[in-house]
Amino acid sequence: MTTTSIRPPARPAGRPAGRSAGRSTSRLSQVNGIDWVLMGAVLALTVLGALLVWSATSNREDLTGGDSSAYLGKQVMNVAIGLVLMVTVMATDHRWVRILTPLVYLASVVGLVLVLTMGSTINGSRSWLMVGGMSIQPSELAKLAVVVGMALVVAERADARWRTRVGTVDVFAMLGVAAVPATLIMLQPDLGTMLVLSATVFGVLAASGARRRWLVLLAGGGVAAAVAAVGAGALKAYQVDRFLAFTNPDLDPRGAGYNVEQARIAVGNGGLFGQGLFDGSQTRSGFVPEQHTDFVFTVAGEELGLVGAGLLIGLLVVVLWRALSIAAHTDDVFGRIAAAGIACWFGFQAFQNIGMCVGIMPVTGVPLPFVSYGGSSMFAGMLAVGLLQNIHLRAISAPAARMTPTPGVLVRS
Amino acid sequence: MTSARPQPAQRSKLRLVVLQALVFSLFATLFVRLYYLQVVSGDEYTAQAAAQSVREIVVQPQRGLIVDDQGRPLVTNRTSWVVSVDRTVVDKMTDGVRAKLVERLGRVVGERAKRIEKQLVTCGEEGSVSGLCWNGSPFQAVPVAQDVPQDVALRILEQPEDFPAVVVDQQTVRSYPQPFGINLAHVLGYLSPITEEEYDTAQDDGDRSVNGASAVGRAGVERQYDRWLRGMPGYRSVAVDSMGRVLGDDGEVESQPGDTLVTSIDAKVQGVVETQLEEAIAVARATRDTVTGRNYVADSGAVVVLEADTGRVVAMASQPTYDPGLWVGGITKKQLSRLYSEAAGTPLLGRATQGQFAPGSTWKPFMTAGALSNGYSTDTMLNCSSFLSVGNRDFKNYESGAYGYISFAKALEVSCNTFFYRVGLDYWQRYGSDVADVDARDPLVEEAKKFGFGRETGIDLPGEASGRIADRAWKRAYFESQKDYYCDLAAKPQDADTSDFVYLFAREFCVEGYAYRAGDAVNFAIGQGDTIVTPLQLARAYAAIANGGTLYAPRIGKAVVSSDGTVIRKIAPKKVGQVKVPDGVFGYIDDALKGVTRQGTMAWRMVGFPLDEVVIRSKTGSAEVYGKQSTSWVASYSDDYVVVMMVSQGGTGSGTSGPAIRKIWESLYGVTEEQVRPSDAAIPGVTPPQGLPTFRRDGSILPPATEKR
Repeated sequence: MTTTSIRPPARPAGRPAGRSAGRSTSRLSQVNGIDWVLMGAVLALTVLGALLVWSATSNREDLTGGDSSAYLGKQVMNVAIGLVLMVTVMATDHRWVRILTPLVYLASVVGLVLVLTMGSTINGSRSWLMVGGMSIQPSELAKLAVVVGMALVVAERADARWRTRVGTVDVFAMLGVAAVPATLIMLQPDLGTMLVLSATVFGVLAASGARRRWLVLLAGGGVAAAVAAVGAGALKAYQVDRFLAFTNPDLDPRGAGYNVEQARIAVGNGGLFGQGLFDGSQTRSGFVPEQHTDFVFTVAGEELGLVGAGLLIGLLVVVLWRALSIAAHTDDVFGRIAAAGIACWFGFQAFQNIGMCVGIMPVTGVPLPFVSYGGSSMFAGMLAVGLLQNIHLRAISAPAARMTPTPGVLVRS
Repeated sequence: MTSARPQPAQRSKLRLVVLQALVFSLFATLFVRLYYLQVVSGDEYTAQAAAQSVREIVVQPQRGLIVDDQGRPLVTNRTSWVVSVDRTVVDKMTDGVRAKLVERLGRVVGERAKRIEKQLVTCGEEGSVSGLCWNGSPFQAVPVAQDVPQDVALRILEQPEDFPAVVVDQQTVRSYPQPFGINLAHVLGYLSPITEEEYDTAQDDGDRSVNGASAVGRAGVERQYDRWLRGMPGYRSVAVDSMGRVLGDDGEVESQPGDTLVTSIDAKVQGVVETQLEEAIAVARATRDTVTGRNYVADSGAVVVLEADTGRVVAMASQPTYDPGLWVGGITKKQLSRLYSEAAGTPLLGRATQGQFAPGSTWKPFMTAGALSNGYSTDTMLNCSSFLSVGNRDFKNYESGAYGYISFAKALEVSCNTFFYRVGLDYWQRYGSDVADVDARDPLVEEAKKFGFGRETGIDLPGEASGRIADRAWKRAYFESQKDYYCDLAAKPQDADTSDFVYLFAREFCVEGYAYRAGDAVNFAIGQGDTIVTPLQLARAYAAIANGGTLYAPRIGKAVVSSDGTVIRKIAPKKVGQVKVPDGVFGYIDDALKGVTRQGTMAWRMVGFPLDEVVIRSKTGSAEVYGKQSTSWVASYSDDYVVVMMVSQGGTGSGTSGPAIRKIWESLYGVTEEQVRPSDAAIPGVTPPQGLPTFRRDGSILPPATEKR
């Protein structure tokens, strides 16, 4: 069995694209090179997630139509498709990844536009696109698209001009890449995704090495914009109440406040060891709304207790640790920024989601990566993990390659 | 690379470290928060979770039966459908959905939606309406419609999707089988829902026998023996989902049925008594009163039948009466106000124990006992003149004519007033001619007190009236309380609103209203004036004459028997006093009262009655009441029973009450025409059974064994 270390250190750059298929198979064989810790944590999360989704829906005849394992089946299918996507990205040559990045970005922008024009409204925001009986949430893909898009812009500019500084133009270019999907998401409106996206953009900027004053300026600008929006009345009082309901459920007793209250009760009811999988009284009785999607963590909280929910948090931390570690260990600008961006995305989204379930974050509809029921979120997450593995593989397999700048001809065309 | 400023790549890696620290601290925060929720405050949330996912269903206990001396059920239970609303579910609905549900529910059960909404408010909360608000457990469904027809209940049960949060179940409510058509309302009493204060008190006392949906006894034996009859509610907890649909049973604590109360009431006698009272009143109302020239008003009446030797109540009827079934399923405000209204004759007031009337001539035997114990003898002869002048007033002999010098026996027989005036006047002159002396001796008042007048008899019924002995102390107290009003009235010039009589009375009262004058003493001696008694007081005093002086606290309850038939408690007759008179006095009075029946004021009503076999002693009375028609009284007794009857504004004693009294005696002893057939007696064995009915395991009740007479 060959190991990565004895591979030829240098690869000729700029191979014809047509040969990548053959190389893919050879890369696939490098199973030892992939990050197994990351892989294991992600798989554990998806298995746990599928069980929690099953538990949350097995008693909900209004959702399942009588088949108690209907959602389990669908989620397993989502995971399977996700795994295929992940492996595909993992096996794709990194240059192809960079070539495909603009397409992913374009596709997600088109998706977001389509959502606005012909999307379905669920829970007050127009976020879903019905395609052949499946509902797709393009904003999930957009998060990934923004991360790789921003990473690509910096990487391309750095490669092209041999510049190592991230200057004003780079920052504006990155913000420009983020601005289009962000605007479209704001129009839905999808506050949760917007928050995650903002945090992710901020993380990507920070990871790119942009000057501190930019970060301070952007953070300050963001806060000021939020204050101005509330002050100017752009947000209605009920929307503010809804947002703040996690601090005081009475602000929106029948809406977000109810969710907050029920989520807290369900989680609190779990205690140290939980009620046992499929045995949570609140989960069985369906007191927590959206429990298989946004509030899936409450199932873990109630049925698996502090031990199980803590394990879930631990697995997420492992994923983040691996993502940041991959970012730190690659010298490739694109890889580093993309990996760090993915970490920020997962990290903030998970924090936002779990924080909402335990009542320290506002109620906004973002799924818990790899755990919540839903195809779009699962696919985006798996694609991101595939990308992380791809970056990881490249970092360990081709130490010389990262010294050789890749010409950006294909992208520039 | 040489500049002080770090290169972007380095800076970027540094940033990654910062990012890493940030991410891990965020997740550490999550874990700490999770620990706080689940471990530190876990108990609180577990309680909340249980509260909303478990609905406590109170299983109301079956209330104890009330049966008569023969084991005939007087009050039983029947099942009834109750519609309740689970507020934990309703409160989660949007206003629109909730309003629609309440509206729909109201239409189905025939209630106004507004009323249902009011019922759903917890007492003490904002907008709660006293009397309608819910004072029970917040986790318990609130009953909004009682005694719902079965088809309505089934309709709601069959359409759970149309009625989320609506709970329909069966409960038991009171039912009145009315053996022999009896009403017995004032004895039985009624139930009504527990009040806020009562529930709070019960909670504070740790009394688990009531809950927010309990009905408690409000009057009669239902109230007196509520503790026994109540039983212990059971609790069933069922798991419910967020829409209030029942998922399954969690646990159940069975309810314990209440104990059965065996009373000394005999339904058959009660039936006769009620019929006779009703008839007597009907006849009186059709009879012209020669004094006023109008028909008798006969606004109310009462009959009391006691067992002479034990003071047990065999029958007790009051008119006007009410239907205790009105309270089943909730009484309306209108119905209730009618029961309290003067215009309807205040049917809630049980005249037998709560009605107070001047005793009139039925008072005389006690005065006789007083006189014979205090200086007079059976040989005493006094003038029964047609009137007696006392002070500046002539006191007339209403009922009888002038008989010359006669004995006490004859005076009782013909009910001579002037005879007893002389006795009263004599004592007044001897001991109390100082009108202001509150402590002056009065043998007749003393004797009346010995016979238990002027205080509650202690019967096992709530709300008994005490009656009143208008003695010197009472007169003084009354003067003290009223003098300000009358002196004020007298001090002002007479105005249009004040009649001559009242104005004159006010002036006299202000000056010497405290004075216990000869006229007061004279009136007292014949049971007139301000002395008032309840029919029950009179009956038990006659029982004392019949049984040789023992004064009983009359008892309706005879025993408390558990639902499985075990006797828990026997309620013994309770002696509260012993009237001591010189030897032979009771015998003398007894003979005299026999004479009343044979040849006295009662004789014309007892023609043909087999008095040799069934010896009836009686005394009639027609008490004058200022501004009203006279009160008709007959007090009578045999060796076994005491029967006292009263009809207010009913005319003379024997005239109005006489026929009814005779009929009651006939039924008690099985008299047909002039024949006595003990087998026809209302109670098997003629006398009330000593034993209790037999309670079989299968729930059937057999009459007690009959002792041979």
